[in-house]
Amino acid sequence: MGDTKVQGTIRKVSGPLVVADGMREARMFDVVLVSDKNLIGEIIEVKGNLASIQVYEDTRGLGPGEPVVSTGEPLSVELGPGLIESIYDGIQRPLDKIREKVGAHITRGVSVPGLDREKVWEFTATAKAGDEVVGGDILGTVQESALVLHKILVPPRVSGKITKLESGSYKVTDAVGELEGQDGKLELGLMQRWPVRQARPYRERVSPEEPLVTGQRVIDTFFPIAKGGTACVPGPFGAGKTVVQHQLAKWADAEIVIFIGCGERGNEMTDVLMEFPELKDPRSGEPLMKRTVLVANTSNMPVAAREASIYTGITIAEYYRDMGYSVAVMADSTSRWAEALREMSGRLEEMPGEEGYPAYLPARAAQFYERGGRVRTLGTDERIGALSVVGAVSPPGGDLSDPVVQATLKVVKVFWSLEDWLAYERHFPAINWLTSYSLYHDSLEEYFRSEVSEEWAGMRQEAMKILQQEAELKEIARLVGVDALSNRDRLVLGTAKAIREDFLHQNAFDDVDTYTSFPKQYRMLRNIIAMNRHARDAVEQGVPAEAIFGLPVQEEVSRARYIPEAELDELDAIAGRIETQIRGLVEERAGVSDVAQ
Amino acid sequence: MVKEYRTVQEIAGPLLLVGGVSGVKYEELVEVELPGGEVRRGRVLEVDEDTALVQLFEGATGVSVDSAKVRFLGRGLELGLSPDILGRVFDGLGRPKDGGPAIIPEMKRDVAGSPLNPTARDYPNEFIQTGISSIDGLNTLVRGQKLPIFSGFGLPHAALAAQIARQAAVLGTEGSFAVVFAAMGITFEEAEYFIADFRRTGAIDRAVLYVNLASDPAIERIATPRMALTAAEYLAYELEMHVLVILTDLTNYCEALREISAARKEVPGRRGYPGYLYTDLSTLYERAGRIKGKGGSITQIPVVSMPEDDKTHPIPDLTGYITEGQIILDRALHRKGIYPPINVLPSLSRLRDKGIGEGRTREDHANLANQLFAAYAHGKEAQELAVILGEAALSPEDKAFFKFAEVFEERYVKQGGDENRTIEETLTLGWELLEILPLSELKRVKPEQIESYLKRTGAEAKEALAKKEATKET
Repeated sequence: MGDTKVQGTIRKVSGPLVVADGMREARMFDVVLVSDKNLIGEIIEVKGNLASIQVYEDTRGLGPGEPVVSTGEPLSVELGPGLIESIYDGIQRPLDKIREKVGAHITRGVSVPGLDREKVWEFTATAKAGDEVVGGDILGTVQESALVLHKILVPPRVSGKITKLESGSYKVTDAVGELEGQDGKLELGLMQRWPVRQARPYRERVSPEEPLVTGQRVIDTFFPIAKGGTACVPGPFGAGKTVVQHQLAKWADAEIVIFIGCGERGNEMTDVLMEFPELKDPRSGEPLMKRTVLVANTSNMPVAAREASIYTGITIAEYYRDMGYSVAVMADSTSRWAEALREMSGRLEEMPGEEGYPAYLPARAAQFYERGGRVRTLGTDERIGALSVVGAVSPPGGDLSDPVVQATLKVVKVFWSLEDWLAYERHFPAINWLTSYSLYHDSLEEYFRSEVSEEWAGMRQEAMKILQQEAELKEIARLVGVDALSNRDRLVLGTAKAIREDFLHQNAFDDVDTYTSFPKQYRMLRNIIAMNRHARDAVEQGVPAEAIFGLPVQEEVSRARYIPEAELDELDAIAGRIETQIRGLVEERAGVSDVAQ
Repeated sequence: MVKEYRTVQEIAGPLLLVGGVSGVKYEELVEVELPGGEVRRGRVLEVDEDTALVQLFEGATGVSVDSAKVRFLGRGLELGLSPDILGRVFDGLGRPKDGGPAIIPEMKRDVAGSPLNPTARDYPNEFIQTGISSIDGLNTLVRGQKLPIFSGFGLPHAALAAQIARQAAVLGTEGSFAVVFAAMGITFEEAEYFIADFRRTGAIDRAVLYVNLASDPAIERIATPRMALTAAEYLAYELEMHVLVILTDLTNYCEALREISAARKEVPGRRGYPGYLYTDLSTLYERAGRIKGKGGSITQIPVVSMPEDDKTHPIPDLTGYITEGQIILDRALHRKGIYPPINVLPSLSRLRDKGIGEGRTREDHANLANQLFAAYAHGKEAQELAVILGEAALSPEDKAFFKFAEVFEERYVKQGGDENRTIEETLTLGWELLEILPLSELKRVKPEQIESYLKRTGAEAKEALAKKEATKET
């Protein structure tokens, strides 16, 4: 594309924004190289001869007169084997390779390709010469990591007849075969490129019908997210957004996890980097890192690259979705992305919308989340792939009227509201059970009915009703004291407390409690609800609520979370004891009243 | 040859617009010479064709359009470094302030620093004993952490910061330890308090101080923390020392940033602070940490005074989003005469769980801390309830928590300004306080822990456990 290469000169430098002259021919969103240091930038506005460029690296020391060269290509990522287990910056430069090259601190103008050029992969062809293929068809596979079988796809918008395709050892830049298309011969390779700001195509969207199992009780039971769904986690600092995101990245039953650290703490990325290789996937026993790609643009790294980082991450995610995998993207935090947008908008002297954010913020947020979803992919075998997106939002002071929160809530279907007062009580995850919601209950009902239990939905509603009643009763209790409440109401308070403290509360740092499977969640909740049902009958017969919560079995219900997944029978045994012990109380009571008569 | 310009076109606040320049670079260091020979320093904020916008660190008082001579030095603001900086006091721009000789630098570093590669970071997990129970026990500080103190006017954050510096230093003697102190816009008396305290304890020999007082030029404050952190990086990564950096007060720093932003007529974010405040603060806070393969570390204790004690004010708010937790001082506790007035509930150390436990502090530490938090939160709730209903109307359970909260504040949180509790003392004290509560309420600690650490009721617990086993078998 040599004809589109445009050369101009710097005219103005203001923070990450550079304005260049002589750029009339340049196209919007083309990547440019700025100054002889070859800093990477992207054109975000063109006015006559002038192009405004957001520069993805530190602009210190740049000045007017220095050259700017357009590459004629939009900002793209390299897609192919080698993505898994990588840690990239916002524009897909591998941070570990950068460190090998320049040391502990990130310097400028370092050019390292996204995919390792030297590494040799074993390619097994599944298609063969003579096959007619279209975009999205599988040519063959590469075992990328112990957990990921990388499917090599015909790039979208390409079709024709394979003339050559051979299994063997290849580098990502090698040709594995050839295709005779409408426009002549085309080389087939392990790697393809895709512009990050453009969603990868698929055949059609389909409705989600399976939950993304996260092992987090409050999420799976009360506010589930579907595979291919979108969720938003807003909360003030210290409420535990990052812990929730990390828990999802660790335990969600997605086949691929893309974790985007967008403008957050450096140590958090280090934490992920050190912890994930150690943690074992509960299903396969392999390290979790073997299904994970990290995109890290920490808060002190250049602000413009932060804006790009979420697009880099989601494009990689779409690529794995196209292979027919269930992919989960965690973006922490989209507020930092929005702030980067605001900063660039301010420097462009655009008219600000709410809180200084540009007027196009809601549109950009919607575009991002709409790249999630469950789809029938391109290709003749009609694979189903799912891309779930969970975005953290960090509203100032935890105020949910923040424009970024509002723009996000408009498009996402699940809302996990983290609140600081819960965090102060060290109730984690600090998800408020009264204000959070999930709009996937209906579409997942069938799954729950067949995979978990017929009574699941009913139990969940019963538990939620008790929590709602508790909120009302607490108001009254605050005025008149708990003792003034009826026996029945005190039972509601007691059961609600059990739901909150023994079910919703979950310790991410305890080896057993950190993950709870659906069968265990079901049994735990069933026991609490069963206890409540039996207790209600007992209370009707005059047994004081306090006596029920003083039963030895109550403590067993409380500690049920620490029962290992392998010993779920124990939970069924507890269910039996609940019944006998409460019956014991009723009989005792009946005995007492007989004597009195 | 450095060119000299006499083409100042405009002066507005601390900003200078210089015309007709060529070859000027963004963020370049600038010298402005006044007719009397006085030289002031500044940096380039923006270049547009042949005009450069320059921010003067020492303000523009006395600068005139006609007489000022401007030189662009072709490099950023640098700090000269050598081991001799230890024990010295500098001004906010790194010039000696204690009457001592100039530093003969072994190396020079650009004060802006460059971002640390996340893959090069070593995760902070070494416990620092500050000797303060409410920090060590509940909101543990670890080496390489950034843990700010959120304070308000009139609260003893200076005393607390000084106590941490003093007591953490004592334990740090096995490696070499240094304190870097940056004062931004604080009063002479407050700065003097720190200096006197460092002298009194001899810590001054291992301290480097950068002092910009309330009476010094406000814009200089923007450079001061960068000076201090550049010195800290030199000590930590070149001399391999464990460095504790105290930055006080970030609120003054942010106000200086706002002043410049306003002078540039930028679109303001919340409360008039610039939209890039988060990014700017992160370039300071993120300089804390450890690097793989280097012996030293940088631990930061920034002090942020919250206007009107409001935690949601942009400065504490954005700080909290970057730092790894926060220590919040509380006016009500201060009024009750409790020092340090740390409100442990909203305080947090995000790195706590990595720095404590078996082999670091003790295996029961995390569960004990969670139990104390939960119990104190419950106790505070009971206290609120008592205000409405009267103490007598509380349930026996609530009464126990009520009492717990009182004793917790009096004995656990409160301690002397020179009282240095070991971690064992702090943990033992925690278990002692739990004796107040009924056994059935201790849900966050494990039964085995109750047995081994809870003295009085430990025996009772053993009995209950045996009973439970018995019922299980039947």
